[in-house]
Amino acid sequence: MSELKAGSTTGPRSRPLSPHLQIYRPMLTMMMSVAHRVTGAALYFGILLLAWWLVAAATGPNAYAYVEWFMGTLIGRVVLFGYTFALLHHLLGGIRHLIWDTLHGLEPAERELLTVATLVGSISLTLVVWIVGYLAMGGPR
Amino acid sequence: MVEITLPKNSKVAEGKTWPRTSHATHLTEFKVYRWNPEDGENPHIDTYYVDRDDCGPMVLDALIWIKNNVDPTLTFRRSCREGVCGSCAMNIDGTNTLACTKAMDDAKAPLKIYPLPHQPVVKDLVPDLKNFYAQYASIEPWLHTITPAPEKEWKQSHTDRAKLDGMYECILCACCSTSCPSYWWNSDRYLGPAALLQANRWVQDSRDEATGDRLDNLEDPFRLYRCHTIMNCSKACPKGLNPAKEIATLKKALVDRQV
Repeated sequence: MSELKAGSTTGPRSRPLSPHLQIYRPMLTMMMSVAHRVTGAALYFGILLLAWWLVAAATGPNAYAYVEWFMGTLIGRVVLFGYTFALLHHLLGGIRHLIWDTLHGLEPAERELLTVATLVGSISLTLVVWIVGYLAMGGPR
Repeated sequence: MVEITLPKNSKVAEGKTWPRTSHATHLTEFKVYRWNPEDGENPHIDTYYVDRDDCGPMVLDALIWIKNNVDPTLTFRRSCREGVCGSCAMNIDGTNTLACTKAMDDAKAPLKIYPLPHQPVVKDLVPDLKNFYAQYASIEPWLHTITPAPEKEWKQSHTDRAKLDGMYECILCACCSTSCPSYWWNSDRYLGPAALLQANRWVQDSRDEATGDRLDNLEDPFRLYRCHTIMNCSKACPKGLNPAKEIATLKKALVDRQV
């Protein structure tokens, strides 16, 4: 036992941490949880866009025209498209969590179905919103 | 705290490839995490070839075969070899499970074997589970009563007993807790799925008289509410239990007592 005295250089070294994210198989529910976090964070920036648009509308025609021009550019449209997706993905994710909180849909087949439904639902709803939007404008311009 | 990368002393290097036994025709390749506290080196991945004609069908059979025939220094926990003791819990093919009930043919070759994730490693596949056991102890997993003990035993109806199904079967192997990203980042304060499932096992027990105290103990932003329904726990459980559901039951019980 004498070798194990405190401060001994031959004693056991500090233990390594076993690998985690690096080796865990990406589970659908886990990846969707990550996506829920990411979209939630994206919404902070999305709400800034919304605020910018409202402030511009209140400021006057010139400011509003500038925002309208930016949202019409390719970059603006990509950002808006991303915001639409983040909003809908986070919304459906929230509904899924609400269902789980009421103790429904927690069995193996049900939880996978709900998760897939969130993913498919958010992608299709985003497309629907944009198609309806373009139709309302009378086609792309 | 969320730390995506491993600390410097934990980075995993490529290890050595052990010779395959002669005459073997049916081989399965194994990539196994190794760490020796005495050689001063970082963890590394060793490669072994298991002779399937000389070995049982389970991953644990293969590990024992390697230890007997190739490398006697390979270190892992095992005891019952039939899924009731929980000793051989480890990360196999990317998910946590018991080596004794996981068939080699159900995993992708080469079989990748790691210790349970995000735990301090004692040696090779042996993690230090002190914190895990301390968390289990913290939920006081025994019957709490105030009324005088009955002459014979505390009685329970069949219906009340049935409420413990899906919880009493837990063997505390730690597969669920160590599969949970929330537990990885907050295991100092978040109890994790196993301890919470056990907590619910006592909250639901009709004979227990400390339900209120038990719920008080859980009403905490970290102890219970770090569960974000990621569901890795329920997918990992080798006993087919549903810790995520038991945690949701606890959350609901905390709401129900306020309304």
